[in-house]
Amino acid sequence: MSVIYLLITISIFVAIAFLIAFFMAVKSGQYDDDYTPSVRMLFDDETARTQSRNQKAKSVNQNTTTSSEKE
Amino acid sequence: MDTQNCFHCGLDIVKEAEIVFDAKTFCCAGCKTVYEIFSLNDLSCYYDFEKSPGASPQDIKGKYDFLENENIVSKLLEFQEATTAIVSLSIPHIHCSSCIWILENLQRLQKGISSSQVNFPEKKVRIIYNPAEVSLSTIVYLLGSIGYEPYISLENYETPQTKTDRSLTYKLGVAFFCFGNIMLLSFPEYFEVKEFWLDNYKPFFRWLIFALSLPSFLYSGSGYYVSAYKSIRSKMLNIDVPIALGIIVMFIRSVVDIIFDYGSGFFDSLTGLIFFMLLGKMFQIKTYSFLSFERDFKSYFPVAVTRINVDSSEESVPVYDIQKGDRLLIRNQELIPVDGILMSDNTAIDYSFVTGEAIPINKKSGDKIFAGGKQLGKVIEMEVLFSVSQSYLTQLWSNAVFQKKVTQKHKSITDAISRYFTVVLLLIAFAAFGYWIFIDTNKAFNVFTAILIVACPCALALTAPFTLGNILRIAGKQKFYLKNALVIEQLAKVDTLVFDKTGTITSNAASNIFYEGKPFTEANLVRIKSVLRGSNHPLSRMLYDLLPEIGKITISEFEEITGKGIQARVVGSLVKIGSAAFAGMPEEQQSLQTSVHIQIDDVYFGKYIFKNQYREGLKLLFKSLHKKYQIKVLSGDNEGEKTALKKLLPAGTELVFNQKPEQKLEFIKKLQDSGKNVMMVGDGLNDAGALAQSDVGVSISENVNVFSPACDAILEAGQFQKLHYFLKLSKKAMKVIKMSFGLSLLYNVVGLSFAITGHLNPLIAAILMPLSTITIVSFVTLMSNYYARKLEVMSYEVEKLCE
Repeated sequence: MSVIYLLITISIFVAIAFLIAFFMAVKSGQYDDDYTPSVRMLFDDETARTQSRNQKAKSVNQNTTTSSEKE
Repeated sequence: MDTQNCFHCGLDIVKEAEIVFDAKTFCCAGCKTVYEIFSLNDLSCYYDFEKSPGASPQDIKGKYDFLENENIVSKLLEFQEATTAIVSLSIPHIHCSSCIWILENLQRLQKGISSSQVNFPEKKVRIIYNPAEVSLSTIVYLLGSIGYEPYISLENYETPQTKTDRSLTYKLGVAFFCFGNIMLLSFPEYFEVKEFWLDNYKPFFRWLIFALSLPSFLYSGSGYYVSAYKSIRSKMLNIDVPIALGIIVMFIRSVVDIIFDYGSGFFDSLTGLIFFMLLGKMFQIKTYSFLSFERDFKSYFPVAVTRINVDSSEESVPVYDIQKGDRLLIRNQELIPVDGILMSDNTAIDYSFVTGEAIPINKKSGDKIFAGGKQLGKVIEMEVLFSVSQSYLTQLWSNAVFQKKVTQKHKSITDAISRYFTVVLLLIAFAAFGYWIFIDTNKAFNVFTAILIVACPCALALTAPFTLGNILRIAGKQKFYLKNALVIEQLAKVDTLVFDKTGTITSNAASNIFYEGKPFTEANLVRIKSVLRGSNHPLSRMLYDLLPEIGKITISEFEEITGKGIQARVVGSLVKIGSAAFAGMPEEQQSLQTSVHIQIDDVYFGKYIFKNQYREGLKLLFKSLHKKYQIKVLSGDNEGEKTALKKLLPAGTELVFNQKPEQKLEFIKKLQDSGKNVMMVGDGLNDAGALAQSDVGVSISENVNVFSPACDAILEAGQFQKLHYFLKLSKKAMKVIKMSFGLSLLYNVVGLSFAITGHLNPLIAAILMPLSTITIVSFVTLMSNYYARKLEVMSYEVEKLCE
């Protein structure tokens, strides 16, 4: 039954590891701004997609740009 | 896409000014330019996240030239090295996900910027750039050109980075860690199973639990011991005294229990209590990072001004370096930083923020001009009379009474109750101890500690934080930002309301202009408008904007006569616009109203009267407030508006005019001395003293991000008519707190009955404590939400009735 010493020691150490991880997260400022990251994580794909789409549309775009600039 | 609204900024498009570009419509060339910049740099998905997220760029040419000055720039930077520099800029326009996206992609617009990160709650962007490749002024102008003009004021100058206090987060983390693990390890004890191996490991479990409770007891709970110690020393028993007493007694009793093997102790309840109470503390702190309640004139002042050197070269100098005798160049809309003498011919200065006068004041060459005014008109030159620290405005500010007192002005409701609570609790504990000591000494100590443990006012202490925290959030959603929870309690006590006039009950943005006199023919209107076009006088500009756009005629012999008016010849007829005497108003009658008189071909026509534009719903608001509060209006302006105000305000409202900032403060003080709880509602620097003196200082702000004087609460101008709703809400909040106090006392009675009879065991404590916490928290949250909604519906109905 002495295995319970081992198991509980391990479980406490795992818990302490999480506590330390929490401290590090707080220290790095993760909890200072709790809004922006939630928006930011949605951006990356968007940029890549529009870049390729824009490249395709660029030739068309340039025509309209020049014509409307004359106005 | 809506053709009526600008694709970029979403404003209504005036048909004549509409610009169609790339199959999209824009309201002005500025918006079109921003769109062009974005589409050329493949950033047009800016418009995908939000509909019309932009702002049309303002003309900021020359405004930030001081950023070329190395010394000034280095004071603004957070970090500086040869190839890396970091700057944090506050950008008021940040409001949506598109803003975050574009500002974090700045490196695609400008070479030399390596990365940028937005802090949305603070409305700040932190830019890391290479100063060798790009200068700060280039970055600022770039931001300006895409509609994200940063707000740089003297406040940014040389302010050390304030460290954010994260200790509560740490404490909460530790408390939760201890609480969770102890709960898990206490489980076997709860069921008191008589099993061989469980009994065998009992000491191990108990000492492990003891070890785990130490961080929570020593670190997480430390705030309560300090606060209790302080309150005992100042002889005011606050709620933290019984809490600290409960925690310490609980800990000692538990340690004794496990040492002598009496039982498992109350470590589970102890750590749970600390955790829940810290949670309540966390909930009560609702900070509006993008707002500041402690602002002073510094956030209103510019960082630098343009100085004209002896060799007539221009140079940007920090305002602190301005010396007596310097010549300064002040552009249109710029702030006058120091007292001085006007060197240019004439100008108009808008002092509304400093003195409360609504209409800009004309100044002639040689006149003295004071710091704090906004220059309207052409570029002017001035000679400095006093340095910044000696100027009128700064002197006024450093006056001790103008500093907001830091000490708590009122005792909170919780502390008021806990005074009695602590005394009663100790009485019960000693009485029970006295009873039991004759029967069983051992039991007497048990009962004594059990009473202190079970009566630990956890639920009581959580009532106010959760109610007030919830109200803070409800008010914040409706653009009424409170400094802290204590302000709500003070709001509920207010019985006298004092309003400032200019900028508070009147709107700074627009004036009402009325015409009095002979009617104009259309041709004459065209003539007047054409003449006005040439003038830069603020009244002319306002009038010009008012008159309909009919046509243009070229004018000749245009002349601007300082202090009198303007005249010009338009298709043969001479048009004179200006003061009464200048336009030849027949009978001179003394009038305090601001007016512009018109004469065409020696015939006096009439005058345009400029009246203050009162805020929407003002009459209604005052009518409803009048029933419950004393209302007073203070103004730095003259009495010209007296009759108009009288009509708007309910009878019996006291009106006081021509008040200097110090007098406003005195006025509030006098009211307080006569036993009133005063709420001051103001907007400008001229109200700063009164706001600080009053019990609750509410600052009305058109743009909450930019400037408001030090105060307890900031109300967005558009929500002004809701003021009574917020006052009612604060009263209801106090009602909820009182009801919930009753409920939590009920729990205490139940717990005490267990304790006095000597039946309190750890399991009962472990059930009672979280149960009471959960009921109280859900009760106050539901009740405060219910009242908020009910009041909103009521005020909506009242509005409907009055329509």
